[in-house]
Amino acid sequence: MSETRIKTCVTVNGQSVEREIPARQHLVDFLREDLGLTGSHLGCEHGVCGACQVMVDGQVVRGCLTLAAQTDGRRVDTVEGLSDNGELAALQQAFLEHNAFQCGYCSSGMLLTALHIVRNHPQADRDEIRDLISGNYCRCTGYHAIVDAIETVLRGAGSALAQAKHNGGSR
Amino acid sequence: MNAPNLTPVVAEDNRVAKPADTAATTRYIGQSVPRSGARKLLQGRGAYLDDIRVPRLGHVVFVRSPHAHARIVSLNLDAARKQPGIIAAVDGRALAEYCTPWIGVLGHLKGIKSAEQHAIAIDRACWQGEAVAAIVAETRRQAEDALDHVQVEWDVLPAVTDMRASLAGEQVIHPQLGDNICFHRELVTEGFDEAFASADLVLEKTYDFARHTGVTNEPRAILADYNPAEHSITVYHATQAPNMMQDIFSRHLGIPESSVRVVCKDVGGSFGIKVHVYADEMATAALSVMLRRPVKFIADRMESFLTDIHAREHTAKVRIACTKDGDILGFDLDDLTGIGPYSVYPRTSGIEGNQVVNLTGGPYKHKQYRANLDVVFTNKNVTCQYRAVGHPIAVALTEGIVDEAARALKMDPAEFRRRNLIADDAYPYTFPSGLKFEKLSHHQCLDKLLAAMDYDGLRAEQAQLREKGIHRGIGLAAMIEVTNPSPAFYGVGGARISAQDGATIRLDPAGMINVLVSVTEQGQGTEAVFTQIAATAVGVGVDKVRVVTGDTAITPYGGGTWASRGAGIGGEAVLQAGKALKSNILDIAAAILSQDKATLDVRNDQVVDRATGEHKMPLSELGRVAYFRPDTLPMNFQSELTVTRHYTPREYGFTFTNGIQASLVEVDLDTGFVKLLKHWCVEDCGTVINPMLVDEQIRGGIVQGIGAALFEECVYDESGQLQNGTMADYLVPMSAEMPDIEVGHVETPTRTSELGAKGAGEAGTAGAPAAIMNAINDALAPFGANVAAQPFTPQRILRALGKV
Repeated sequence: MSETRIKTCVTVNGQSVEREIPARQHLVDFLREDLGLTGSHLGCEHGVCGACQVMVDGQVVRGCLTLAAQTDGRRVDTVEGLSDNGELAALQQAFLEHNAFQCGYCSSGMLLTALHIVRNHPQADRDEIRDLISGNYCRCTGYHAIVDAIETVLRGAGSALAQAKHNGGSR
Repeated sequence: MNAPNLTPVVAEDNRVAKPADTAATTRYIGQSVPRSGARKLLQGRGAYLDDIRVPRLGHVVFVRSPHAHARIVSLNLDAARKQPGIIAAVDGRALAEYCTPWIGVLGHLKGIKSAEQHAIAIDRACWQGEAVAAIVAETRRQAEDALDHVQVEWDVLPAVTDMRASLAGEQVIHPQLGDNICFHRELVTEGFDEAFASADLVLEKTYDFARHTGVTNEPRAILADYNPAEHSITVYHATQAPNMMQDIFSRHLGIPESSVRVVCKDVGGSFGIKVHVYADEMATAALSVMLRRPVKFIADRMESFLTDIHAREHTAKVRIACTKDGDILGFDLDDLTGIGPYSVYPRTSGIEGNQVVNLTGGPYKHKQYRANLDVVFTNKNVTCQYRAVGHPIAVALTEGIVDEAARALKMDPAEFRRRNLIADDAYPYTFPSGLKFEKLSHHQCLDKLLAAMDYDGLRAEQAQLREKGIHRGIGLAAMIEVTNPSPAFYGVGGARISAQDGATIRLDPAGMINVLVSVTEQGQGTEAVFTQIAATAVGVGVDKVRVVTGDTAITPYGGGTWASRGAGIGGEAVLQAGKALKSNILDIAAAILSQDKATLDVRNDQVVDRATGEHKMPLSELGRVAYFRPDTLPMNFQSELTVTRHYTPREYGFTFTNGIQASLVEVDLDTGFVKLLKHWCVEDCGTVINPMLVDEQIRGGIVQGIGAALFEECVYDESGQLQNGTMADYLVPMSAEMPDIEVGHVETPTRTSELGAKGAGEAGTAGAPAAIMNAINDALAPFGANVAAQPFTPQRILRALGKV
């Protein structure tokens, strides 16, 4: 039985991609297997851990619960693209300086949630940050350092927010 | 002409910020230096196993038993073989031609026994999830689709799922073994009975510990690539012990050890899950040999829950004997633990129970101890060493009953501990179970903890809030931790697991330092601390150091990462290699400068005058001369800019650390919910190399311990079916429920090494469950309620309160 394929045009990290995508293929599998963007990771494959997160039209989604064909006509940004265009720079620096990661497997997803917080919840306090990142599983840190890092960017850095906006972060 | 390399060592925007106070001296030990090599992980540029691309790759999935115990009446793979993209479909008998079986026993665990285990089960499955056939296809999707076309007829056998039933032995899982007892140990000190008979107070309590598992964010993963032309195999493996696996692949696949290369790139968390031999991983390697092409296995999350080693599952009765003045006379332990149908190879599943026997009562100065341990087989997934191996059990048993004794004697639990903790000047000290402690700091840690948490203030606040109907509890848990194991852990038992580690360090022509180390990076920051040690030892900036780990073809031979050994053992090897390299550098500098070696030093990437600090030459110039213009050096002088050193801890069986934790909780008496308000830990891991890394290592460990205490349980029904094999059903700690965690240190360097570092990886997990249990029971005490079965779910708390 041949698989149903759906013609899909999607902009991934600013580049236009056109593919015949199997109807059942998930976005994270498409990004990893077809485009070689291995920065988004598969942790649970059922939407709980958040390691597979990417942005679709500026909103954080689970790459393992989104079908690739659903992104037709949309813009997808992954940790690689958001690193290259500098949008994650302030958060990445804060994560490094606070040791807000160990194995790094959750980090691509965690950083995207953090970017969502920077863009949409700039006044969040520690408890609110804890709530907002509670959809991202980290087995290595005690979350404490992640909260520290995000808090630093929110407090120190009107500059990070300004930088995110400058880079087209608030689409 | 062969000028020093002027290329910036890191891209401009990636420069590592040097802490201001270390820039002048390049002494990094004890500094919170950010992990210089880890930036890639934050940009999605790591290389985890599933990120590796190789040509002609086959993807393997496994046909797994749906039953806990069943005989295979027939297994038909013909229809599966006809599906699109299928390369092979293989049963256990066919694969046994390529991989010999194993038995997970160790010589020094007297009497331990287990059954032969194959890469793919033959004839019979002994737990739900055990693989009975493999399907290899061109894509993972094709292989998974073909699973639907496998026909298996099962004869379901009675499953032994209860530990006591297993011990009674009415049904024997492996008839050839005679009974279900994997391992039994007992010990008793002389005078034990008299001490308990004469005690003013003897208390007894039974504690239960659920099964839980590691839930690494990256699942288990292996890619084996057999090369028939060379009869060699390269195995990319998410593992903690590359050389152990090299030996095992060699012996079980029949490939010379030196023709087996195990490569361990970035690993997405391990915690002991990735240090064992898994049948499906051995099958993957054997399939690569059989099919003469690369084969990859990545566990999906349900496979992880069914087949990643589980841990704990103990029921333990503990007794304590005290005088009326509050002196502990002795402990008495009966521990029963169920380990699944096989003892896991090669470390065995007897170690956890053995650790419980070794460690129970650990921090205290009593003289009497009796222990009785039974490790039994069951038809559930196997259990084995997971982070803190046995410690959380021993600490909860000890600290739980110690709190009960303090309560019975109407003594403050902190004061009761102060009275009974081994004195800080009593070392070296031999513990009743036979363990030897080099130097611990229980009292310093206790004092520091009580000050950090404002213990007296919290007690006063607790009393005030009680009157307002708010029920808070304060729990303490003192602990000891096994770190830096000597060959006494595995080697003496016959396991080919290295107790020594090595470091090779090289000055490159441009003045950079390249370090190869046998300890692996699982994300804990191993490479970062080795960078700091190497930079300090040689006298260069951390930005000049590159560390390579995890490749048996390149790195020195060693044990890897387990039992909190990386920094203490690998770090000492790096330190000694770095010092030797520095000495060799100074030999060359002395030759070039025609100056006495003793007048020179290396600081800040420069050869300098030892007394004045005057710059003599940069290391890049020394490298240029040594590598490209050695003709300018004296005729009989040969430079040696690559040095290897090894280190084995031998003086003590283990380098013990100690610490104490405290938990502050609030219990909602109507819902049974426990809110974690704050957690503290003061611990002594000797020399702290990078405080920021140690602190988050401790915190991560504590959070895993909190998971055990409040959330995590692999729930099996009576027929051996796992009831919660997804991350939606198996609860792990997420950030919203976690408290801020304050970490403090006392530093008592071990004198067995120059570096003085002990391990820190497991202390958090060891002590947290006990601290939380004691805090909950402290909150519940006025109601005469008490919990002793982990995890402490709202249901169990309400039941203890008599509300459900």
